Amino acid sequence: MAAESARGDAALLDVRGLTKLFGELRACDGVDLTIERGEIHALLGENGAGKSTFVKMLFGSLEPNAGEIRWDGRPTAIASPGEARGLGIGMVFQHFSLFEALTAAENIALSLDSRTRISTIAAKAQALSHSYGLPLDPYALVGDLSVGERQRIEIIRCLLQTPELIILDEPTSVLTPQEADKLFETLERLRSEGKSILYISHRLEEVKRLCDRATVLRNGKVVGHCDPRGESAASLARMMVGDEVKAVERPPLSERASTDKLLRIEGLDRPPATPFSIPLRNIGLAVHAGEVIGIAGVAGNGQSEFFEAVSGEVRQASPGTIRIRGKDAGRAGITERRMMGAAFVPEERLGHAAAPAMKLSENLLLSRHATDARAFLGRAGVVKTAAITASARRINVAMDVRKSGEDPAAASLSGGNLQKFIIGRELDRKPSVMVVNQPTWGVDAGAAARIRQSLIELARNGSAVLVISQDLDELFEISDAICVMHNGELSEPVPITEATFEKVGLLMGGAEPGHSAAAGAH
Amino acid sequence: MGMVEAILLTIATAATPLLLAAIGELVSERSGVLNLGVEGMMVMGAVTGFAVAYTTGSPWLGAVAAIVVGALFSLLFGFLTLTLVTNQVATGLALTLLGLGLSGMIGERFIGLPGVKMETISIPFLSDLPLVGRLVFGQDPIFYISIALTAAVTWFLFRSRAGLTMRAVGDSHDSAHALGIKVIAIRYLAVMFGGACAGLAGAYLSLVYTPQWVENMTAGRGWIALALVVFASWRPWRVLAGAYLFGAVSIGQLHAQALGIGIPSQFLSALPYLATIVVLVLISRNRRLTMMNTPASLGRPFVPDR
Repeated sequence: MAAESARGDAALLDVRGLTKLFGELRACDGVDLTIERGEIHALLGENGAGKSTFVKMLFGSLEPNAGEIRWDGRPTAIASPGEARGLGIGMVFQHFSLFEALTAAENIALSLDSRTRISTIAAKAQALSHSYGLPLDPYALVGDLSVGERQRIEIIRCLLQTPELIILDEPTSVLTPQEADKLFETLERLRSEGKSILYISHRLEEVKRLCDRATVLRNGKVVGHCDPRGESAASLARMMVGDEVKAVERPPLSERASTDKLLRIEGLDRPPATPFSIPLRNIGLAVHAGEVIGIAGVAGNGQSEFFEAVSGEVRQASPGTIRIRGKDAGRAGITERRMMGAAFVPEERLGHAAAPAMKLSENLLLSRHATDARAFLGRAGVVKTAAITASARRINVAMDVRKSGEDPAAASLSGGNLQKFIIGRELDRKPSVMVVNQPTWGVDAGAAARIRQSLIELARNGSAVLVISQDLDELFEISDAICVMHNGELSEPVPITEATFEKVGLLMGGAEPGHSAAAGAH
Repeated sequence: MGMVEAILLTIATAATPLLLAAIGELVSERSGVLNLGVEGMMVMGAVTGFAVAYTTGSPWLGAVAAIVVGALFSLLFGFLTLTLVTNQVATGLALTLLGLGLSGMIGERFIGLPGVKMETISIPFLSDLPLVGRLVFGQDPIFYISIALTAAVTWFLFRSRAGLTMRAVGDSHDSAHALGIKVIAIRYLAVMFGGACAGLAGAYLSLVYTPQWVENMTAGRGWIALALVVFASWRPWRVLAGAYLFGAVSIGQLHAQALGIGIPSQFLSALPYLATIVVLVLISRNRRLTMMNTPASLGRPFVPDR
């Protein structure tokens, strides 16, 4: 792994001892990494391992506290994204840096410093996108485009700057398997043209398939360099996590459990709430006692709108569209639905599922003051602090929540631990219907395994569990059947025994692959 | 000069200060900064314009001084909200209160003094045309500036690269920052443009509309301008339409009151506000268009992570 020191055949990028401190936290701690010309280099690590911090320093949006970056053999300070682009570093962001109210061409123009006319840029972008097989309408409004299409804009924008090094931050987390395949073709073609790629991911299979070398980060430090093709997914995971990850066990579904429809959704429609959101069209689904149903789909196809309708954040006009344990719940609010025996975990942990500045015990009371009024509230609504603290402690022990104090503020917990608490808070009630949106988004592998196992256990003890997730691996691990949401419509459930990545992927892409969103009512 | 022509002329005079202040605020808001201090900046412009014009005898110097003071006043707002990241709403309200108080103090010795009126420009022959002659070709210079400014801002926002960058900053300052766009610098410039326009709008009141200084002479026009920007969904020509509609109904209801129509005068006084709101709400019915033009990061504080 020694970089050639002679000029001329020096590595394209040679990073030594790069360090970034956020207060006490060493987000990156002496990271070394070299990238040769024409290689795809993987940067692996759990959430919070320091990958994003590292690439932000390479792209000039963060300033390192220590360390050296050598570009083409020369020591270089990258003070701004403009300078990074000037050197030949391009970046495709994980949370896209696009402007929804502008067109694709305008978005591209913004990162080109030249005085080129928008029409010229649009023509260039279109030509380039066709040559890479990534069709793009330069005059489409970004707000109207699917996530996959938005990523194309980012990639085309990056390529138009003719970079030597392209950084992709978790590019496939928002794509269907077919879209991801298309992306891999593009990346392989770029490699054959001599470009270098820094590929950030926590998906081991695609790293094994695509990348020439890998650097693994854990807690801000490099824990190893390796050739991912010579490793197994399990050995890579061990390097990332630093420990064995327990596999999730899913006991088979017993035959007799599958008659009681605890959650039933029929003819659920919803007009779009904003011009950029998706309408729901005639959604029907039944979740039986004892089973876990997964809902797959590319982000932004109506999953959030669906969750809001099921949880009661947005009520339905007709009561019969949603039935919980046989009772009409369509016009009921969240609390009423909880009283019927349902529990909900929304996608956004801080600010939606938990109040950031409030203690865990207070967050517990906030979500369960009505359903557990007898246990938590005394006469005239006086709060029984001791009972609530005891329950919070019980949840923290049951879910192995690691925290800094006895009863800290929600915001002080790491994402994985807070999610364990939030899921545990609902499981503690033993709800007969549990609906979870993105249960393990941004959660480390150990915590994710724990959360998944507990959802399966809840179902096998006789509850109905509905999980909305973008993570296909997760859904295949825990679901008894998978439905796909696409453009506001829900497919028939595919039993897990018949489900394959390819089959689900095709459904995720809609009838025709590479569709464009139909929301554009010009 | 006929009655109709006189009315039309007063409408233009009533609309021009609203248009100027609103166009300035529109630019500021398009970059994502909500400056509720328009009223304060206007009244500072009014007192400065009057004082400088009275002292030097030149209304032009008065107007320029008002522009400078308006811009400086907004620079204070920019420093507080952009550099020190204070709350934009609270800071804007404070700016208005400061402007009203400060202008009263500065203007005390100018109360009741005769003002210097800015002369109108008359283009020979054309201004003698019947009806439209004086209206189009015989106005005061600031009227022409306000129309030209509307056109220039439209061109800047939707045709120039700099305007595109500014709209991008207003849409998502985080994305803009990630691309290396200098968010804070652009917002400073936009806020100062807003302040300069508000200053000129104030000077119009004390140099053209009623050439004298009266304490609190802006009389809420800054707030009307703010409302116009929102109801016009951040589009310059709609701001112009709104300003003229408001001017027309205000003047119209004055004449109606003078004629003694059997409608309560309180209702007539409220009519300009009602009419403007109704019309602008009606033309903003297209929610999609409104969403596209609303600066998504309006009023949100921006702290770059470095």
